[in-house]
Amino acid sequence: MFQFPAFISMSFFSDIGDQFYQSFVEDGRYMYIVEGLGATLLITVFAVLIGVVLGTVVSLVKVAHNNNPKKLRIANGICSLYLTIIRGTPVVVQLMIMYYVILSATNVDKIVAAILAFGINSGAYVAEVIRGGIMSVDRGQMEAGRSLGLSQRTTMVKIIFPQALKNVLPAIGNEFISLLKETSVAGYIGIQDLTKGGDIIRSQTYLAFMPLIITALVYLVIVVGLSALLTKFERWLRRSDYR
Amino acid sequence: MITVKNLHKSFNTLNGPVEVLKGINQEIKHGEKVVIVGPSGSGKSTFLRCINLLEQPTSGEIWFEGKQINATGCDVDQLRRKIGMVFQHFNLFPHLTVRQNITLAPVSLKLETQDEADEQAQQLLKRVGLESKADSFPGQLSGGQKQRIAIVRAMAMQPDVMLFDEPTSALDPEMVGEVLQVMKELAEAGMTMIVVTHEMAFAREVATRVLFMEDGNIQEEAPPKEFFSHPKSPRLQNFLSKVL
Repeated sequence: MFQFPAFISMSFFSDIGDQFYQSFVEDGRYMYIVEGLGATLLITVFAVLIGVVLGTVVSLVKVAHNNNPKKLRIANGICSLYLTIIRGTPVVVQLMIMYYVILSATNVDKIVAAILAFGINSGAYVAEVIRGGIMSVDRGQMEAGRSLGLSQRTTMVKIIFPQALKNVLPAIGNEFISLLKETSVAGYIGIQDLTKGGDIIRSQTYLAFMPLIITALVYLVIVVGLSALLTKFERWLRRSDYR
Repeated sequence: MITVKNLHKSFNTLNGPVEVLKGINQEIKHGEKVVIVGPSGSGKSTFLRCINLLEQPTSGEIWFEGKQINATGCDVDQLRRKIGMVFQHFNLFPHLTVRQNITLAPVSLKLETQDEADEQAQQLLKRVGLESKADSFPGQLSGGQKQRIAIVRAMAMQPDVMLFDEPTSALDPEMVGEVLQVMKELAEAGMTMIVVTHEMAFAREVATRVLFMEDGNIQEEAPPKEFFSHPKSPRLQNFLSKVL
């Protein structure tokens, strides 16, 4: 007959159901996880949107300035400053500054503050990723587009950008995954996100194992799902490479 | 059709400015087939790229169909529609199918509807014997096929002049012929062409005029017969003795 090693006491298994009950079922504590997950996803999705838009604009300004140093001097200066500040300071500090300093006088919801802070943070990383992607597209592509009479803008949108997107997708996917996990510091401004939810259960039941492991598992499942989705999208973008 | 006056072009390098074109004057008439030959580094490609302003001239004037193309305020995009260009490395758009490559510009610029452009693409593809490749991606084609598609892509804009920048230099030898054949047919159809190439046989057969460039200047020009059989300057004689 199968025997468990002696160091795992049978009480561990008999306790596990009990622990689960205390952590999630009693007093409806599972709602901390569910509502926390909702907040985490809400912040992540909108921060990603802000990050992509902001990052795209910043990268386009930087590329345009790079191609013609006389153009967009001031805008480029602002973008460089933005990149330096955001990449040079921790996201938790940016989050707290956003909520306790910049928005302190306003009545803005904590979630909105977090969306702004994480979105602005993500934008800096996305900008550099996209800029790298645009620069990786062969110069001849722009020349070919322009030689056909297409404007700089049309060539950028229809020829350069789709190719750049394909090149940067793995890196952008990484950024989304990082962002999802970074939102776990939202508790610093009192948001009950997934991490905070798990932690509240721990503090109420004095049981650390269950809530924290489940919290970790929820993150893991989302990240794995997101990766699978990105892989699919990437394969679709690469359909022109198959021969 | 194209007039070039005292064209100068310098590039800024780490070792200071390098003058690549040193005062070029040319007059290219409608229907001419001008072939430019010369050693590498002589400025042939730069000259060609100046004509549609892929390179901005340092000084001088370039006129195309009565407009100065390098004047400030000139709508270059508008003029480029009428100047087709074929590149050494094809520069097809790898993320688009062959048909999309061909129809992108005319449709984006609202010169044709998608249906009209598709129809035209099919006809042009037929002319170069690639009608079966319309739905392929460039990555699935051979070099010779890519270059023929690139020619078709330029033709779809119905240009008044075609510029060829060493169109066969990046091809495997067995594919050079099919591209030259397409260019020859284009020439016979009356297209004005300016061709930078190392294919002397093509120059001899198709050109109405051959230019010899060296050291940023046009050293000698003549109809092909005279150019190849009675080269005047010792530099051209030397060049021809090496390439023929």
